[in-house]
Amino acid sequence: MTTVLSKNVISVSHLYKEYYTDAGTFSVLKDVNIDIEAGDFVAIMGPSGSGKSTFMNILGCLDKPSKGDYFLDGQTVANLENDALANLRNKTIGFVFQGFNLLARSSLVDNVALPLVYSGVDKDERTARALKLLEKVGLAKHSASRPNQISGGQQQRVAIARALINNPRLILADEPTGNLDTTTSHEIMMLFNELNQDGITVVLVTHEQDIADHASRQIKFVDGSIVEDVRTKISHSQERH
Amino acid sequence: MFSAMFGEAWRAMGANRLRTFLTMLGMVIGVGAVVLMMAIGQGAEDSVKKSISSMGSNLFIVLSGPPSSGGARSASGNAATLNVKDANAMSDLDGVIAVAPLSMGNAQVIYAGNNWNTAILGTSPSFLDIRSWSLLDGYAFGLSDMRSATRVALIGTTTAHSLFGDDVDPIGKTIRIKASPFTIIGILESKGQSLDGRDQDDTIIVPLSTAQRKIFGNQIPGSVRQIMVQAESDKVMGMVEDNLNSLLKQRHNIREGAEQDFSVRNLTALAKSAAETTKTMSLLLGAIASVSLLVGGIGIMNIMLVSVTERTREIGIRMAIGARERNILLQFLLEAVVISIVGCLIGIAIGVGGAILVKNLTEASIIISLNAITLAFTVATAVGVFFGFYPAKKAAKLNPIEALRF
Ligand SMILES: Nc1ncnc2c1ncn2[C@@H]1O[C@H](COP(=O)(O)OP(=O)(O)OP(=O)(O)O)[C@@H](O)[C@H]1O
Ligand SMILES: [Mg+2]
Repeated sequence: MTTVLSKNVISVSHLYKEYYTDAGTFSVLKDVNIDIEAGDFVAIMGPSGSGKSTFMNILGCLDKPSKGDYFLDGQTVANLENDALANLRNKTIGFVFQGFNLLARSSLVDNVALPLVYSGVDKDERTARALKLLEKVGLAKHSASRPNQISGGQQQRVAIARALINNPRLILADEPTGNLDTTTSHEIMMLFNELNQDGITVVLVTHEQDIADHASRQIKFVDGSIVEDVRTKISHSQERH
Repeated sequence: MFSAMFGEAWRAMGANRLRTFLTMLGMVIGVGAVVLMMAIGQGAEDSVKKSISSMGSNLFIVLSGPPSSGGARSASGNAATLNVKDANAMSDLDGVIAVAPLSMGNAQVIYAGNNWNTAILGTSPSFLDIRSWSLLDGYAFGLSDMRSATRVALIGTTTAHSLFGDDVDPIGKTIRIKASPFTIIGILESKGQSLDGRDQDDTIIVPLSTAQRKIFGNQIPGSVRQIMVQAESDKVMGMVEDNLNSLLKQRHNIREGAEQDFSVRNLTALAKSAAETTKTMSLLLGAIASVSLLVGGIGIMNIMLVSVTERTREIGIRMAIGARERNILLQFLLEAVVISIVGCLIGIAIGVGGAILVKNLTEASIIISLNAITLAFTVATAVGVFFGFYPAKKAAKLNPIEALRF
């Protein structure tokens, strides 16, 4: 049993992901090793098909690796039951998607509050907390609207508010600005910056260098492996030392 | 948590109202049919039970004519081959406690310009005991009335109502039956319908001798078409039946193997088989109705499967933000159960409404029991859970990543 310093929110070693199709075995991730400290702000880049999303999904406990170790907050994730994984997704991790993934039939406040339904929080508290977060992302007055009544940038803010509702230690975002124009993208990145300043670890995937420049550390995937790992800024966690 | 999920289920149903309504319709029709059919079936069972208990217990009816000629018809179709002496001989048999010879026919009855056609029954005083038929008012005729053929009559409530209306007390009044005056000395307690659906209260009972002389004039004195016999208990029924047969064979000089001029029927056994027939009927009705419940359930399963497929992405989103398998399972199960319960409630309303309508239109006996409604409700909920479970399980077992890619 490997002990890992809890300073690292994420610690991945010798991680592999393979897909078995009729055409044969696809190795999508090959021997990925990385540690991410608490409070860091990491941007993952790389060409299409290099395995970024696959890696993010494993980090987000949505998918399981074929081989290798993944420690989240010092705890191994590899042999957890589905319910325990659901619990991690609910409380420890906030996931932000490229396509926002809001429930079309629910109001914004209900969308933001939804994770709390699964953590057993009662209705009044759910609504109160969701309204507070909508306010934080600047959408308080739209709380009763449906997702299709607001813009893409606003929808992504709602999705971020939802990711934050359970005070996660880690925000994972797979191309969160992929569907947004440049101005809106930078606004969203400012929001991630703010969260990071509050001490939340942020890992995001992007294709654009200027988006990646908001982060403190840039990692490049090629063909399922990390080929570059550079620190571009001092991370907020390091600043404090 | 549960109320939140209930709200979700409600909203999901509201999102596709026409589809939800159509899915529900299967349940509505199924439950409605079950409730209505059970009301009709139980009503029929109940009216048969009432007729049987009004009939008297451990009864035989001895009919004129050969056994093959069918019960009801032989009474009017054949010559009267039985007589009062046969009846007297029967009453001496072991196990027989009472015997009543019967002579019946229809006749016009008149009171103060009111005309009424009713069934006239001439019999002995023991008839009322055999049928455990008591009087509402007045007194019954006795053996002396038999001997001297007095013109006294007991009147059934239906006949009394038709002749006298509500305000006149029939006791002591004189009516005319086929031109002969009769004094009413007693009013019969109401018996309701007989097994063959006749109104047993539309009748006048007179002493047998009087009936034969004054009403059914063209008969050999003392001969009757029917004799009613009551046995002591259920246990001696077989023995009494054998004894009745051999007694009459002997009295009528019928050789072994020759055709009998009488037949002995066990009325109690006939009644039992009638009761069983209605019970089977009502079970059958219920079973047919239940099939539509089953079809309704399959409809729910079908729509839930479509719904799970359509909402795969939604399921993926919910899982990504922390829904456990059982949360998803419960959500879809709840939807199926809500559909079936709402459908069930509408179905109960329609079934009860239909039953009341049938009752008013046909005057048939209809019983809407709480039991039937509870049963329909329980079965409908169970159908919802049963047919909702597979689609819900399918949703819960989805892989989050694959669901999100959908
Ligand atoms: N379920 C699967 N079955 C087989 N192959 C898969 C499956 N999912 C992903 N892949 C393959 O894995 C590879 C990596 O996919 P992934 O989505 O991680 O790439 P990516 O780096 O996120 O690309 P993009 O920048 O376009 O989003 C691709 O070649 C893809 O075809
Ligand atoms: Mg990707």
